[in-house]
Formats: sequence, C-alpha cells, structure tokens
Amino acid sequence: MSPRIGVITFPGTLDDVDAARAARYAGAQPVALWHADDDLRGVDAVVVPGGFAYGDYLRAGAIAAHQPVLRAVADAAGRGMPVLGICNGFQILCEAGLLPGALVRNVGLHFICRDQWLRVDSSATAWTTRYAPGAEILVPLKSGEGRYVADAATLAELEGEGRVVFRYLGGAPNGAVHDIAGIASADGRVVGLMPHPEHAIDPLTGPSADGLDVFGSAVDALLSVASTSPVPG
Amino acid sequence: MARVVVDVVLKREILDPQGQAIARALPRLGFAGVHDVRAGKHFELDVAETVDDAELHRMAGELFANPVIEDWTVRRL
Repeated sequence: MSPRIGVITFPGTLDDVDAARAARYAGAQPVALWHADDDLRGVDAVVVPGGFAYGDYLRAGAIAAHQPVLRAVADAAGRGMPVLGICNGFQILCEAGLLPGALVRNVGLHFICRDQWLRVDSSATAWTTRYAPGAEILVPLKSGEGRYVADAATLAELEGEGRVVFRYLGGAPNGAVHDIAGIASADGRVVGLMPHPEHAIDPLTGPSADGLDVFGSAVDALLSVASTSPVPG
Repeated sequence: MARVVVDVVLKREILDPQGQAIARALPRLGFAGVHDVRAGKHFELDVAETVDDAELHRMAGELFANPVIEDWTVRRL
C-alpha cells in the first residue's frame, strides 16, 4: 500500500494542490488535512505547504502555528513522523518551535520570485535520502520573508550537526545567514525550506524535476518503516 | 478595564531593512541627523483587571513577539 502523505490547508494556503500533486507523483497517496482539525487522519507524513496562512497577520506563520492541526503535527513529529514545511510552511514550523530560528523580511525588501539553484548539504534527513550529498538542484523561490536568521549558538549547532539541508548557490538572494535555504530537526525527520520543490517535479510545469526526490525520499523512508514493522501503526 | 500597550521591535543584532528604507527616506524629505531607524509593532489591548503583568508578558512572548528575533515591552497606560 502506498504511504499516505497529509497536506494541510489553512485559510490563505496557496500551494496545497501542488504539494498533493508532488506526493502523488512520488507514489504516495495525498490526504487533505484541514487547519481546524486536530485529527491527522492516519497519515504517515505531513507537508505544511506554502502560501500566506491567515494573511501572514502579525508575523508569517504566527497564527497558523497555534491552530489545532499544528498541535497534532507537533505531537506526531515528537514520535518521529516525517514533516516537511515549504516556504510559509517553514515559517509556520519555526513559529511552532518545531525548527529553530526564524524567517524575516528579505534584505532589500523585494519579494523574490525566480528559479533558484540550491545545494543539498544533507542526505541524512527523511526528505533528502534520494539526493547525493552536494547535489545541485533548481527549484522556484518565491518569498518576501525568506531570510533565515538564528542566534550564534543555534547556527553552530545546525552546522556542527549537519542540519543545514539546503543552501543557496551563489549567495542567498534574501540575505539568509550562512546562505541557509533549509534546515532539519535534530532527528532529521522535520525539514523546512523556503524554496519550492513541489513546483519542480515535472519539466512540463516547472524549471526541472529536481524537487520530486524530496517527496520520493519520504516515500522511501515510510516504506522502509512499513517493511520492518509487521504491525502497522 | 485597563489599557495596555505592547511594543515589539526586532532585536538589535537582526538587520531591519524596513527601518533602513525609512532612514534613507528622511534626508530626501529634508530631515537631517537621523542615523538609524528601527521599525516595530504597537499593540493596544483592553484587558480585564484580573489580568496581571506576568500574564501580559506571557502573551507578549508567546504571540505578540517571537522571542527568537524580537524584543518587547509591556506598559499599562
């Protein structure tokens, strides 16, 4: 049976349809999750997609981070469920405390919308095992508050533990510290990134198909769990 | 009822491009002598008398501000 990947929709979410499509392309069954539910419907992994949840009121991700579905996601992440936050989803995971640091206004104040080269610096997460370390991928970046910041101790921890997963090639266009585009939790199950792998799964509709392996990696992780544990759940 | 003000501003060590843009606009309007501007957010709350300062600070730290990037002050009017 194919793994079930939940995709959360908040008021103001934009990229849930593409995230579900990417999960389907990768061989998973996408499951729609609603922000007001505290029920994850038995999914095996969760994607928090991009957009402007709650209009980014107060701060990007601040209101969404306290919704019932995020409490359920936090509980599941604590048990090792793979969770991916893309763009606004990354901001939400940081606001919810599932990932360290924060995303703030781009240097230069411009909203950046372009295809962006990234380097995959860690293949050791649930979402990146299909990439060779150092792989270079081309995916869209579209954000106004994408500048990753964290204090010196957090940065040292992320770098020291190999938890910087994606880095901007040629310098961060938004001013992110250490050119960080994406990071992982200490156990490598929760990953957040500003660029959009779900928009780069088919050359027909995106700049490349480089992003598809993000979702394929999660499918691999979930299938390997299923094959080693005879009792589901 | 009490009127409470919560002010939130980016920590000093975090670059504030919005504040910089404002600072650069001032000389164009003929205002000299402003070396730095930090932009922030100002919240006005009407709260019951039963809400104490400790609870106001918890609200500020959990919702109004993100302690990772922002400092805040709470003041009763």
